[in-house]
Amino acid sequence: MSLDEYTRREFKQVGTRVRRPDGVDKVTGRAMYGADATAPGMLTGRILRSPHAHARIRSIATSAAEALPGVKAVITSADLSVPEDEFIRDVQDNCMARGKALYDGHAVAAVAATDAATARAALKLIKVDYEPLPHVTDVDVAIRPGAPVVQEGRALENVPAGMSANVTSHSEFGHGTPAEGFARADKIIERSFRTAATHQGYIEPHACLASYAADGKADLWCCTQGQFFVRTLCSAIMGMEASQLRVTASEIGGGFGGKTTVFIEPVALALSRKAGRPVKIVMTRDEVFRATGPTVSTSMDIKIGMTSDGRITAGEAHLRYSGGAFPCGTVDMGGQAAFAAYDLEHVRTFGWNVLTNRPKEAAYRAPGAPQAIYAVESVIDELCQHFGLDPIDVRLKNAAKKGTKSSYGPTFPDIGLVATLEAAKKHPHYSAPLKDGQGRGISCGFWFNFGGNSCVSLNVNTDGTIGVTEGNPDIGGSRASISLMAAEELGIPYDRVRTIVADTSSLGYNDVTDGSRVTFAVGLATIKAARAAIRLMCERAAKIWGIDAEAVEWKDGAAVPAGPNAGKFPPMSLAEIAAVSFETGGPIAGHHEVNVDGAGVSFGVHIVDVEVDKETGATKVLRYTVFQDAGKAVHPSYVEGQMQGGAVQGIGWALNEEYIYGADGRLQNPGFLDYRVPVASDLPMIDTVILEIPNPGHPYGVRGVGETGIVPPLAALSNAVSRSAGIRLCELPMSPPRVLKALTGAG
Amino acid sequence: MRYVAAKTAKEAAGLLAAEPGVTRVLAGGTDVLVQLKSGMVEPDLIVDIKTIPGLGEITAEDGGFRIGAAVANAVLGEHAGVVALWPGVVEGANLIGSTQVQGRCTMAGNLCNGSPAGDAVPGLVAANAVARIAGPEGTRDCPVAEIPAGPGKTTLKKGEIITSIYLPARPERASDAYLRFIPRTEMDIAVASAAVSLELNADGTVKAARVALGAVAPTVVVADAAARILVGTTLDGDTLASFAKACEAVCNPIDDKRGTIAFRTRTAGTLAKRAALIAHARAGGSK
Repeated sequence: MSLDEYTRREFKQVGTRVRRPDGVDKVTGRAMYGADATAPGMLTGRILRSPHAHARIRSIATSAAEALPGVKAVITSADLSVPEDEFIRDVQDNCMARGKALYDGHAVAAVAATDAATARAALKLIKVDYEPLPHVTDVDVAIRPGAPVVQEGRALENVPAGMSANVTSHSEFGHGTPAEGFARADKIIERSFRTAATHQGYIEPHACLASYAADGKADLWCCTQGQFFVRTLCSAIMGMEASQLRVTASEIGGGFGGKTTVFIEPVALALSRKAGRPVKIVMTRDEVFRATGPTVSTSMDIKIGMTSDGRITAGEAHLRYSGGAFPCGTVDMGGQAAFAAYDLEHVRTFGWNVLTNRPKEAAYRAPGAPQAIYAVESVIDELCQHFGLDPIDVRLKNAAKKGTKSSYGPTFPDIGLVATLEAAKKHPHYSAPLKDGQGRGISCGFWFNFGGNSCVSLNVNTDGTIGVTEGNPDIGGSRASISLMAAEELGIPYDRVRTIVADTSSLGYNDVTDGSRVTFAVGLATIKAARAAIRLMCERAAKIWGIDAEAVEWKDGAAVPAGPNAGKFPPMSLAEIAAVSFETGGPIAGHHEVNVDGAGVSFGVHIVDVEVDKETGATKVLRYTVFQDAGKAVHPSYVEGQMQGGAVQGIGWALNEEYIYGADGRLQNPGFLDYRVPVASDLPMIDTVILEIPNPGHPYGVRGVGETGIVPPLAALSNAVSRSAGIRLCELPMSPPRVLKALTGAG
Repeated sequence: MRYVAAKTAKEAAGLLAAEPGVTRVLAGGTDVLVQLKSGMVEPDLIVDIKTIPGLGEITAEDGGFRIGAAVANAVLGEHAGVVALWPGVVEGANLIGSTQVQGRCTMAGNLCNGSPAGDAVPGLVAANAVARIAGPEGTRDCPVAEIPAGPGKTTLKKGEIITSIYLPARPERASDAYLRFIPRTEMDIAVASAAVSLELNADGTVKAARVALGAVAPTVVVADAAARILVGTTLDGDTLASFAKACEAVCNPIDDKRGTIAFRTRTAGTLAKRAALIAHARAGGSK
């Protein structure tokens, strides 16, 4: 890890709440989202989807659809080759079923027609001969030997013999000997938990426009969290060289991890290749729910031992996650994250991924962590209740800190958990009186954070302004943050910097906007690109002054002689150097390319007050406060927004959101009416407290902040409900019928 | 698909009666347009009734109010006279959809959509409201309670449209209330609902009561036996408990993604109890 990047400094602009660069475009409707792309001769693409949860596809007859006037192309999996790479093949097979439909909503064919009505009519003319197969949508059923098998032969070697073929992988993390620790406990609590699959719920449905040219090159405009990864996937599926496919990311109406892969893009490209015209596909909300990736559904067993004074003696977790119809490694992250907040001598997690007839999982904000940590934090809370101990004191007693060997292996450098817990404890919210029937819950949360491949170009314009070119769609304020960091480093005002998101032909590879990586990793690359430009500007000033470049330094946005021996010259500002750059050697630019290490882990603590209506089982959220370590909050409003957004998504997950499957294996609630994300009136103001414990791996101390916020709400809500209603629920969501049933035994 | 904006109710009824294919009546369009967009229905003929003279008006009549079929619920909510006389009816109508939807949606449309969970319907039924219907054979009046026939179905005959809904006059010391249960606070469909209309004696005891429950049966349920329990009481705790039980007894809900049979039944009783207390307070009762 790079732990020597950070140097303490006084910030002039980083940490201020500057105006966001995309605000005017977004509120006036000028911003171009995925569905806004158009091209001459464009066709409308639509996708035919399986009505069966699991069915063999005997044949697909497309001739009647092809004969319909206005239809320009019809494709099935037969129009795509079979990739050798297993990962790519899974992505492709999820975009277009090959041989079997694996879940309700799985794409089986697609058409491109001159208008939407014709495309819709054409879909009805496609005759698919299905042989329905037994299906399984519940993880606990799918794991049993004898359950319907979703895909044969997908188990890795580490899966013990004798398990259902649906079990595709097994993982184990931890250290010590839990049995020894449990023997020292004064109380051991074992509980089983279940959490429903939840969807990221982004407002903008997936949309793309593909234009495949006669000479084999193609352009793709799409709504994505990572245009470079889209290029990787689509060029592999289409059998193209990366250079021949240019992918441009639109503005993005939310992603939360769900737009880190492809669903319709290869379909649009294949249709365009066959039709010889541009093809646009825009998903309906029904398609988004049925055929894009929610997070995993889970079933978990947790066992924790504690001494009567609150020391955790051992922890063990058995995690069964299902990422739908394809193998998925999310359970590994759950296993690593489960006990990460605690300094434990004996800890062990066991994880299994299980196939079910559900859509292929996509990343969702801290993938795998909210579920496992919900289960662990619930049991810790129950132990606190058992011993009558303060839940924050118990967590402080066990908190991981600098030097702790984490439950997943690495030893932690400087981390902010203790500071975050202490901030929560002394906050007025924690000591505010509660009325009868109200309950307060807390939970810790953790996320690893990520760095990754990042590539930034910084151009010094002759008028003294700066253009920063980066390659990550702006999903949480990264353009503002990147501009702020460039302005800080260069010593010029924020409004002199404009940051744009480049297409895949304009910049080197950038990893997807995920893992809370962009402000951290692209920010680091931006700072170093600025330093490269500064070196160049110092050289230009040295040239003008006729002194050695080493004798010039950069101060407050200007080149200055490094000391009295360097000579006496007035400071030469960035604008002055830029204005004469054509005479001093040409355009000035800085760039930096790096695979960034050293993303600092992030911890959060949430406090929530609720009141459960004991006659209806409805939970009202009364007060909510988020405490989170941001390393350095580059743009505090965006950081607060991330913390609030994470809390709200977690509240929805805890209380109402769930994928509901019928006995027929079909999704019952593919719309926002019955998939209930919270509305504004459901929520109190989400208060935030930003902690700043600098990340040693970033020049400004920045940590990612995007994901940790969704981790604590699940257990915080459950712990609060437990205290308000006097019942401990071990299943999410805690929907009113479920709570009322627990309260009354009826329902 | 043909679209016709009818100029009279008679013309609308004639067009609908003559069309052999699938028809839809358009007023606010907050159900029809959603059905069209989602491909749930592909009508051959859409008859728009909202520009028919009179259908957009609220008029005082015999101490009550006649609400035109095209009156948007937001307009209803701003009508002081209706709000004062039938606050429970108005609060039910105003729970439908979002602020934007309120600007378009109508009580008559909610009734004709035939959903057992329609928020405007229990209040109208508890109010003994009467629908005026125009059809190929002329005009007739029908109690709102007799319009719903099951999920998505009404007793309206081919070619018939509702042109207005009449809310009757009521004595002093009378009021009503509507409550629904939804898992969030807005933008949702009732999992169970209850409307209670009360007339009180001078001493605050209940003189007459009418109770209607929504989303707990294929059509709105009139809970007369439960309502009788309230008569002569001031809604003390024991009365309310047996009232809630009597409401539960007439529920016949389905088990679905929105709620279990047990949850819907129990919640309908809880809501009826709470709505009765609100109506009682609004009518000037002691509580």
